[in-house]
Amino acid sequence: MSTLTPAVHHSTSGPTAPITGSRRRGKSRLDPTRNNTAAGITAWLLALIFATPVLWMILTSFHSETDAATNPPSIAANLTLDAYKEFFGASSGVSPWPPLINSATASVLSTVLVLALAIPAAYALSIRPVKKWTDVMFFFLSTKMMPVVAAILPLFLFAKTVGALDNIWFLILMYTSMNLPIAVWMMRSFLAEVPVEMLEAAQIDGAGLLLTLRKIIAPVAMPGIAATALICFIFSWNELLLARVLTGVMAGTAPVFLTGFVSSQGLFLAKVCAAAVVISLPVLFAGFAAQDKLVQGLSLGAVK
Amino acid sequence: MTTVTARTSRTGHSASKPPRNAKSRERAMAWARRAPLLPALIFLIIVTQLPFVVTLIISFLNWNSLRPDETGFAGFENYVQVLTNADLRQAIFTTVILTVSVVLASLVIGLGLALLLDKKFIGRGLARTLLIAPFLVVPVAAALIWKHALLNPTYGLINGTLTWIWSLFGSNTPPQPDLLSQAPLMAVIVSLVWQWTPFMMLILLAGLQSRPMDTVEAAQMDGATPWAIFRHLTLPHLRQYLELGGLLGAIYIVQNFDAVFTLTSGGLGTANLPYAIYQTFYFANEYGLASAAGVVVVIGTIIVATFALRSVFSLFKKEAAR
Repeated sequence: MSTLTPAVHHSTSGPTAPITGSRRRGKSRLDPTRNNTAAGITAWLLALIFATPVLWMILTSFHSETDAATNPPSIAANLTLDAYKEFFGASSGVSPWPPLINSATASVLSTVLVLALAIPAAYALSIRPVKKWTDVMFFFLSTKMMPVVAAILPLFLFAKTVGALDNIWFLILMYTSMNLPIAVWMMRSFLAEVPVEMLEAAQIDGAGLLLTLRKIIAPVAMPGIAATALICFIFSWNELLLARVLTGVMAGTAPVFLTGFVSSQGLFLAKVCAAAVVISLPVLFAGFAAQDKLVQGLSLGAVK
Repeated sequence: MTTVTARTSRTGHSASKPPRNAKSRERAMAWARRAPLLPALIFLIIVTQLPFVVTLIISFLNWNSLRPDETGFAGFENYVQVLTNADLRQAIFTTVILTVSVVLASLVIGLGLALLLDKKFIGRGLARTLLIAPFLVVPVAAALIWKHALLNPTYGLINGTLTWIWSLFGSNTPPQPDLLSQAPLMAVIVSLVWQWTPFMMLILLAGLQSRPMDTVEAAQMDGATPWAIFRHLTLPHLRQYLELGGLLGAIYIVQNFDAVFTLTSGGLGTANLPYAIYQTFYFANEYGLASAAGVVVVIGTIIVATFALRSVFSLFKKEAAR
């Protein structure tokens, strides 16, 4: 029936391979019985190449400093937790906890603030939209396009004048403004999924605002709120420039701590890898938890 | 509250009232609609627009915080300097090269990966997860890993692998390039392409999966070649997604600071505008000059965004219309 087996077909079609598979009429593209061997092998090969730096980082973090600094690399070296002990200050006595706690504080509190501002705003842009709501949406987007460096000097001078430098609350406000446009766009796209008929039905039945929010909007919006929160958390946790300029010893965050972590003396590779793993863990968890909604969030809700 | 007003007006009460009352009620309703929007809007204007206005003002001042006596109006002097100062001109050039090459390369690789992931194969979910992983490493951590664990000339994984491959063939004189100092900008570009390809891949994969399959199947029945289908059906459909990925990627990569700061500390011609501006105000204390450079970045972003946004508009509008 089919002229070519998919495997043969793909190996000759190269980068144009997307549609070729469904030559067999009537079979869906996602038909589990079909096997795109060549595409699968290529994809797996590329996936491993892309993941190598991450896997290497994790493996090296469990090696001793001497094993980490060999050439050629010692892949099968003994595993140890020494690098993690060093990261947590075993010999230097410098604890990474204050910057980690600062990062957590800044990320979590700014995310809470972002949601508190973005959810009502998104409501006014989708469920009971204001006039010219698209203009408002594009205003939000345009603030995201302005590079941080174009506003950082006045913010720095302001913080210096009012004594807010090295204050975690100022950083929280900055992260709130950084993520607010993203959150408004995301939340609008999630709230727009609330069926209009149900809202109208609730209104006709005389349901109040709170009841409508609780019974109709919340169930649809909850996964969206969770995804928005996770993405805002990731962006805040990752941020370096603002944290570097606006914080110091007291309010320094994990990325700032990490940049100052590399010493020029002695071997430090395993320790750096351990630090990178620990600091990336929350993002990896948040990212994989939000995996389904990651695209929608990253594309500001334009892509489902 | 708003529902109540709506219902009373429907029952006809408002019809008997004089028009002025109806108008004020209408206005009150419009404000009730606007109210939830205002906190976010006002907050954002204060925190982002106001500082930019201040930046704009400072950009016309001769202001170095180390020489406060000389502070004064400078006219366009700072802007002239941004465009003539060798370092800052280099920074503009680097920013353009960095942004364009990272966006294009990650779009092309991301498209290839999305096309592969659009097929069914064993362990697709896991392969997808592995491919997303680079995007979920904290950018500073990723840059540190590239600098020390991969690119280090003595014990980095790249040179280590070269040693290993050469030793397989009995050679103990493998090439050991110091990529970070021989091709520093390339190193920054490669590490950023590695981080941003998953982002492009996810957007393009979503685009591929929203493709109307009936047209594709009809074309196949009519005997269209895979290339023709890709060229005339898939690619036009993906266009909006490519543009969206390109625009968003450009917004983020123009602003990149972490990779440049960590990998090269802006040395050897890798300083982009964000890094150069950071240097200019944080270490050189040239507030006027740094602000003018900041304004130049914004102007550049606006130019790029107007071009890019026009085409991306349609996708947003389509989404917005739902």
